Amino acid sequence: MISPDDVVTLSRLQFALTAMFHFLFVPLTLGLSWILVICEAAYVMTGRQVYQDMTRFWGKLFGINFAMGVATGLTLEFQFGTNWAYYSHYVGDIFGVPLAIEGMMAFFLESTFIGLFFFGWNRLSPVKHLMVTTLLALGTNLSALWILIANGWMQNPVGAEFNYHTMRMELVSLSEVFFNPVAQAKFVHTVAAGYVTGAMFVLGISAFYLLRARDTGFAIRSFAIAAGFGLAASLSVIVLGDESGYTTGEVQKVKLAAIEAEWETHPAPAGLTLFGLPNQAEERTDYAVKVPYALGLIATRSVDEPVIGIKDLKRNHDLRIRRGMKAYEALVKLKAGDRSDAVLLQFEQHKADLGFGLLLKKYTPRVVDATEAQIAQAVSDTIPQVAPLFWAFRGMVGLGFLFLFIFGASFWYLARKQLAPRRWLLRLCVVAIPLPWVAAELGWFVAEYGRQPWTISGILPTHLSVSSIEASQVWTSLLGIGAIYLGLFVVEMYLMLKYIRLGPASLGTGRYHGEATTA
Amino acid sequence: MDYDTLKLIWWGLLATLLIGFALMDGFDMGVAMLLPYVGRTDEERRVAINVVGPTWEGNQVWLVLAGGAIFAAWPLVYAAGFSVFYYALVLALCALFLRPVGFDYRSKLAHPHWRSFWDWGLFVGGLVPALVFGIAIGNLFVGLPFRFDDTMRVSYGGGLLDQLNPFGLYCGLVSACLLALHGATLLLLRTEAAVGLRAQRAAMVLGCLLALLFILGGVWLAGMAGLSLQSQGAVAKALTPFEKTVTRVAGGWLLNYGRWDWLWLLPVSGVVAALLASLSAWRGWRWAAFLASAAAIVAILLTAGLSLFPFVLPSSMDVQSSLTLWDASSSHKTLWAMLLVTAILLPIVLLYTSWVYRVLRGPVTVEAIRRDSHTAY
Repeated sequence: MISPDDVVTLSRLQFALTAMFHFLFVPLTLGLSWILVICEAAYVMTGRQVYQDMTRFWGKLFGINFAMGVATGLTLEFQFGTNWAYYSHYVGDIFGVPLAIEGMMAFFLESTFIGLFFFGWNRLSPVKHLMVTTLLALGTNLSALWILIANGWMQNPVGAEFNYHTMRMELVSLSEVFFNPVAQAKFVHTVAAGYVTGAMFVLGISAFYLLRARDTGFAIRSFAIAAGFGLAASLSVIVLGDESGYTTGEVQKVKLAAIEAEWETHPAPAGLTLFGLPNQAEERTDYAVKVPYALGLIATRSVDEPVIGIKDLKRNHDLRIRRGMKAYEALVKLKAGDRSDAVLLQFEQHKADLGFGLLLKKYTPRVVDATEAQIAQAVSDTIPQVAPLFWAFRGMVGLGFLFLFIFGASFWYLARKQLAPRRWLLRLCVVAIPLPWVAAELGWFVAEYGRQPWTISGILPTHLSVSSIEASQVWTSLLGIGAIYLGLFVVEMYLMLKYIRLGPASLGTGRYHGEATTA
Repeated sequence: MDYDTLKLIWWGLLATLLIGFALMDGFDMGVAMLLPYVGRTDEERRVAINVVGPTWEGNQVWLVLAGGAIFAAWPLVYAAGFSVFYYALVLALCALFLRPVGFDYRSKLAHPHWRSFWDWGLFVGGLVPALVFGIAIGNLFVGLPFRFDDTMRVSYGGGLLDQLNPFGLYCGLVSACLLALHGATLLLLRTEAAVGLRAQRAAMVLGCLLALLFILGGVWLAGMAGLSLQSQGAVAKALTPFEKTVTRVAGGWLLNYGRWDWLWLLPVSGVVAALLASLSAWRGWRWAAFLASAAAIVAILLTAGLSLFPFVLPSSMDVQSSLTLWDASSSHKTLWAMLLVTAILLPIVLLYTSWVYRVLRGPVTVEAIRRDSHTAY
């Protein structure tokens, strides 16, 4: 499947692996930081020692996780330059802006205050320390905001225009980039997913202590905070995911059609395919089980707007590719110095489809001489593989509802003080700890794989975005980074499990399970 | 604001961010490099680590921000520079991975092998990036094997080992020496007893060594061929690299010193500051030593930047493809918007960073480490 000398595929693989690895640590940071704020606020308000111990213990686990997040984040930033040089040139004028602002507004905030969070306990008043923890949480969340504004622009490139002189996209409106509806919908959905991850982590570990009947006072308070926070978060993630679905329907029709395996445009409102076997070769979904009207309602929030199917989208892309060829033809003349009115007019009329013309570069460097067969091939490229998207999306949504059930049941039995006999629920909480990560990775897979064949939707094809480096270079970095990541991951998991098993006794306060015998 | 003024301001801002990185994260790397020397026992090493441990994370953001700002303000430099330094950056990255985990994980287990493993991890995480960034700066003077085609795609010539040329390696050495000096003066300022004494000795030696290396580097540079900008399209407009004429001339990197006499102040200050750091360390003037090493960083990096000026990424393969601040910049609108954002946010960052340093001030001692053994790094 992967050709060993294909720089595009290798670079994609490297980016996918390093990004997905980085996102093992991000969602926990997002959610756990607010749980730390809640625990510490309880400490400041009640003055009870157990809440400070909770902040410090969950903070220890937060720190182990945060270190990996910092270590793996830098790779993603550097990779744009090292492996995606043409991308960096082509869209840096816009894409670089949110990345730089992220550094200044968010990453500085969280990284400066994380040290004080750990080392400021004896140097700051409780209220000031709570302020530090809050700024830390704010920083991690703002960081997600700016990264998702950058990512949202890749999905829906608003507020920018192509400049043929400098051969790149240039900024037209910063506010359009910031208030990009896709970015906003993705941001709230992503941070809510992070909150679910943090809540499930605390809930599951607390349930583990409760099952072992150790540190119960500590565990039940942690469980309560996690259940409440998680219930709110899992409700939000579903509602905001629906919002995300709506904005996808608005601007990313291909992704929506692929997720839903909608080959035909059905009369509105379209039915939602619950299950089925997408068949890309024959462009149909076998054994489909459909819920009438549902997709139309979700995606268009109306009963009369149709959801465009893949076959119609391809017809539209065929037209856009042909217009893109005209744009490219004019661009070549402009680059050669011909600035006559006719050429400028031809370029202005077709430049919105220049990106579709560039899709042909994969088959013919000159673009304008593409044959009908090559155009047909490029049209077929515009539709990503349907089955993986269809299944990944269903996996994510299914898990979302499972989380809602777990948090709901935990909250319910806790509120009725009937938690202890529900050992099945506590066991489920423990088993479910890794599942939010699975859901988050599936979600990112849908978002990014569903964007193919583009790095910037409709503007810049993936195969043009890479650096003109050698495959051996990518192999070296892929194996080197991969080996170190693997080693660090083993170490991280070992420490995490060790400290989870130790529990609050790891604080060395002498108040917790196992300390009398080991101290 | 005029486009050409903005381009010039952004040269200054990016220089500020890179110098900020060297100043702030420089002593973190320096302390890590000196770790095997200043800390003979686990507790002594913990003292050194805890001098920088609580704040190093914020300091590394200067690197992240400098990267993001180059991406936004000089997209072509980001594209060509990062990909032409492919192996160097991957190597630096792999070394930098060891720092966050090294700081955070080292004290979490007591086994001596575990701790000594992370001591070496931190040492590598300090030394290798310092060398790589120095080698990269050295290679700017040598020139890098890249060129652009008319669609602005970069292609490369040369092999893997080309960047390990003598001048590049020499600059790597200068960089490591400079940052180690900065780390030593910080340790002198923040520690006492054995660690402080060793840091003092290291600072005395490193200051003199740096002055010597820097002078010899200047003599070397004077004998090298540099680039001269013969003509440049209208700098107030959007430019591509092809709208200029560049020639390679002997001693080209000293041309600016002929043009502006006052520029000599920079390398001279670099030498003086390095010697002052050494002298102050010897006399036990802790703050003076630290400020002198900081001044050496500013003067030496500005010397490098202004010798290259207006070039930012010279090409050895096709001199016309060399990037200058005039033709590597992003659009007028982006530069302006980012200037506003920076003018608002950067002062806030400086404000809370100094507050955090104030809260965490004071010496780090072996006694303090023993007392807070569960929370200290």
